[in-house]
Amino acid sequence: MKFSESWLRTLVDTQLSSEELSHLLTMAGLEVEGLEPVAPQFNDVVVAQVLEVVKHPDADRLNVCKVDTGRGEPTTIVCGAPNVAVGLRVPCALPGAKLPGDFIIKIAKVRGIESSGMLCSAKELGIAEEASGLLILPDDAPVGQSIRQYLDLDDNQFELKLTPNRADCLSLTGVAREVAAIAGAQAKFVDVPEVIATIADQRAVVLDAPEACPLYYGRVLNGVNAKAPTPEWMKRRLERSAIRSISALVDVTNYVMLELGQPLHAFDNTRLEGSVHARMAKPEEKLLLLNEQTINIDADILVIADDAKPLAMAGIMGGEESGITLETSELFLESAFFAPKAIAGRARRYGFGSDASHRFERGVDFGGAKRAIERATQLIIDICGGAAGPVTEAKAEMPARNPVRLRTARACAVIGMTFSPEEIADLFNGLGLPFVREGNNFLVTPPTWRFDIEIEEDLIEEIARLHGYDNIPAPAPRGNMKMMVQPEAQRPAARVRQMLVDRGYQEVVNFAFVEEAWEADFAAKTAEADLIRLANPIASQMAVMRSTLFGGLISNLVTNLKRKQNRVRLFETGRAFERNAAATPVAGFVQSWKLSGLAYGGALPEGWGSAARKVDFFDVKGDLEALLAPAQLCFEKLVHPALHPGRAARVLLDGHEIGCLGELHPEWVQKYDLPLAPVVFELDFDAVKSVQVPVYAEVSKFPPVIRDLAIVVDQSVALQTLIDGFKGQVSNLIQDIQLFDVYVGKGVPENKKSLAFRIVMQDTQRTLQDSEVDAAMQQLVSCFERAFGAQLRA
Amino acid sequence: MDNLDQIVSEAQSAFAAISDPDALEQVKARFLGKSGQITELLKGLGKLSPEEKKTAGAAINVAKTAVETALNQRREAIRKAALEARLAEEALDVTLPGRAEARGGLHPVTRTLERIEALFRSIGFDVADGPEIEEDFFNFTAMNTPEDHPARSMHDTFYLQNPDGSIADKVLLRTHTSPIQARYMKAHVERHGQLEKMPEIRIIAPGRVYRVDSDATHSPMFNQVEGLWVGEGVSFADLKGVIADFLKSFFETDDLVVRFRPSFFPFTEPSAEIDVAFMSGALKGRWLEIAGCGMVHPDVLRIAGIDPEKYTGFAFGFGQDRLTMLRYGVNDLRLFFEGDLRFLRQFA
Repeated sequence: MKFSESWLRTLVDTQLSSEELSHLLTMAGLEVEGLEPVAPQFNDVVVAQVLEVVKHPDADRLNVCKVDTGRGEPTTIVCGAPNVAVGLRVPCALPGAKLPGDFIIKIAKVRGIESSGMLCSAKELGIAEEASGLLILPDDAPVGQSIRQYLDLDDNQFELKLTPNRADCLSLTGVAREVAAIAGAQAKFVDVPEVIATIADQRAVVLDAPEACPLYYGRVLNGVNAKAPTPEWMKRRLERSAIRSISALVDVTNYVMLELGQPLHAFDNTRLEGSVHARMAKPEEKLLLLNEQTINIDADILVIADDAKPLAMAGIMGGEESGITLETSELFLESAFFAPKAIAGRARRYGFGSDASHRFERGVDFGGAKRAIERATQLIIDICGGAAGPVTEAKAEMPARNPVRLRTARACAVIGMTFSPEEIADLFNGLGLPFVREGNNFLVTPPTWRFDIEIEEDLIEEIARLHGYDNIPAPAPRGNMKMMVQPEAQRPAARVRQMLVDRGYQEVVNFAFVEEAWEADFAAKTAEADLIRLANPIASQMAVMRSTLFGGLISNLVTNLKRKQNRVRLFETGRAFERNAAATPVAGFVQSWKLSGLAYGGALPEGWGSAARKVDFFDVKGDLEALLAPAQLCFEKLVHPALHPGRAARVLLDGHEIGCLGELHPEWVQKYDLPLAPVVFELDFDAVKSVQVPVYAEVSKFPPVIRDLAIVVDQSVALQTLIDGFKGQVSNLIQDIQLFDVYVGKGVPENKKSLAFRIVMQDTQRTLQDSEVDAAMQQLVSCFERAFGAQLRA
Repeated sequence: MDNLDQIVSEAQSAFAAISDPDALEQVKARFLGKSGQITELLKGLGKLSPEEKKTAGAAINVAKTAVETALNQRREAIRKAALEARLAEEALDVTLPGRAEARGGLHPVTRTLERIEALFRSIGFDVADGPEIEEDFFNFTAMNTPEDHPARSMHDTFYLQNPDGSIADKVLLRTHTSPIQARYMKAHVERHGQLEKMPEIRIIAPGRVYRVDSDATHSPMFNQVEGLWVGEGVSFADLKGVIADFLKSFFETDDLVVRFRPSFFPFTEPSAEIDVAFMSGALKGRWLEIAGCGMVHPDVLRIAGIDPEKYTGFAFGFGQDRLTMLRYGVNDLRLFFEGDLRFLRQFA
């Protein structure tokens, strides 16, 4: 909320400086977001009247003016403004004046004629962005008075960022009340006498929905001149509250809302038929609103209606047809209380909001509704003339103001310091919270303007707030010592991340919502049933939740290639999302943590010392094996939408699939304009984090026997198939079988490959005999022969 | 005997003239070989009388030793010269770069996360996690923010679409990490609720959160870290103490002022915003908003099944990104999510 400081100071008597006031409000929970002077510094500018205007003899566009500045003899001023005219009152900068921009006014000759000052536009005074000529002041502006004083320019605009619980401070009166409480100052609320009815006109009010609208004041005013100008002081206060002046009647309702916090509505009384009703909307009712939007009114919307039709969305926005215009002379003025529950969320549902709905959904002081209608009536009569009828009051059961109990001991325990009941009583008195003491307990009745005092904690907050959060101690953390479990079978995420960093990967963080095309390309998800689409995406390229982290990584690669980064290693840990009705903890959505990476460009950083080689499948496979070591990963051929079908593998740990690895599919390499194919992987992060707690196995004291064996098999036989093939089929003397060479070429038949293995045999209890070793090797060879048609290589 | 001296000096100068080891062995033969000069002289001794033999033999041996010494010295000198030459030849430019693998780096926000976790672990806070597609109930209702509560307009929430195009009404992208509080407390009560005295809850819960907002200081996805301490006698003063300790430890300075300012969150009461101001550096003297916090609202405890008369607690939520920006002087939030290696490598 924005407001003028000088207006506030008319309502509360305090000697605090602007900055002190600002700090105090912020520390009381009314955060001051802005404190700006309404005009820049300048001096010696006064109200002047133009007495005579004569064309400059030597310049077409200049006039020589005689001006009364209230300082004796008229002054001669040369003026170039197009709108200068005899009789006008305008601001005049006297010689010696310093205008914004350090512009100093001196007596000087302008084309041969001495000019003793300058007539000013609003722009020259720094109070408007643009100006087309002199700032024309009202005819009653006192000649000679300082313009700063006349326009009240030594004022500041405050901007408060109010939390939703403090609707009571959405008015100058509310802020003044708060300042009085926290600064120990005296509030000077506006005196509002009743306006005596001088006509009998009246309109009956019926409360058809008394829970939603338990209080309604209405009043008819006749003979009102809606075209009367709004007084300057009122315009100024509205403008400094960031409300545009529209017409006197609208301005008055806005002014009273700002002053007292009560939103008002004025209907054109000639458009109303019969009684006024506050009722829930009927089925299929429509209304053309003041914002020119026609809405179908939902059944849970409170409307103000007459006997025939809905007139307004109560407390939210008026209707166009019953609204006031400059031709209106008969008014029906409304000041009502609408329950927050009946207003909350409704405006948002229709995609708009208003100053009224903002206040009503947070709670408006129902003790002030009568005062507001009297205040508005008086202002209308003062400005627009006319006569008022009697106030119609319709009242049902008002919101309960249940007393709230505060226990001193509880307050001390929650805040963490000692307060005496007397201190608490003083704080409550300062805030105007009525209470009854019961020993060390208080029974507090919330005032009509507070909607945030319902439970004991609300009062505890008031105590803490008024005592000052700064004055509450901040002891060192304390607690019961207890060791925290760190399961050994679980590696911390930080350790896994560090291992990837050590292998050259840079961590990135990408958005979880991605382009729809990425889901199609990298996860083959195109059906609506597979996509998780945002209902309100911020942009079309952030429209669906990712089911794979690949898209972000590829996009990072593209970004970095553009920036001439030719060797790129990236990884990200984050959630991927997929639809699954059986998922937990949120039904319908699997949200598993992934660890994904990408490698592109040189296998090693370019340098003098290593042969340049591009990273390939096996480099990254090596990274994954190292990451998971000592666990043994298995890899098997995989068809995956993102990956090259001949260069992609499913990654298995203990027989369970934990992810995939492969070269990006050539189609995407081309589509995303990549000079080379990156190798990417995506693993289940939880699986990567789980490790075996080591179990001791006896170390053999006897020497191992090492034999080499080369076999020739079909090119199409995968190594893993061979390894799986002899599992359980060979002698348990064999401790390890390592592949150390793969050869295709001269000496090996076409479509065959030679694989060379190093076989390690050992027994923990004894030295092996040659015959045993030979037998074991023979068994292995026959196993290869039987299962894969392998031949020993000569 | 003059002859012997001559032989010795001849040998010495002959050896000295040679720098090739093979050539040296050939020259050696001229003196000490089968028909070398010294060998011939020794052979000639047989013709002499025993007296003469003794004298001459001794003289020849002296000469032989002298020649051998000269030979050995020359051999050693040649070996040393060869070694020197080899060492010189093998010398490296030790200033060439090493052949090490490139090292990657952590994302700056992760660096911050790991430091936050370590600091809070040191005072007994465990780390909890929760889903990002969250139930409306946990994100709002369990956080004391029922439907139509004005506080809901403080969050611009991302909602999801059903496959048929309608809006999924029970789920959303979590707007804060607070729902993890609700889930954790519920699970904690299920585990320990039957005990006479429930063990304390002390957790932090970091994670990604989402709001419909995007400019230089707002990202539609950002990182928060939630904290929660519930137990007997936990007070607002304790909250202030923990936060002050954390901020001084995180920024590794006593040169900062922490200020608690009354605020409003539906799930805490009393509530506060936390501002810090540094006493030196580029941001000297400016109040910077870095967290929201407060005493856990009794309704939030009640919804989780915890008796607010018996237990109290506090909760806080920091912007991890904001802490990272302040710690490292980063001035644009968007840099964190662009994946630009030139930016990210600075935090390796």
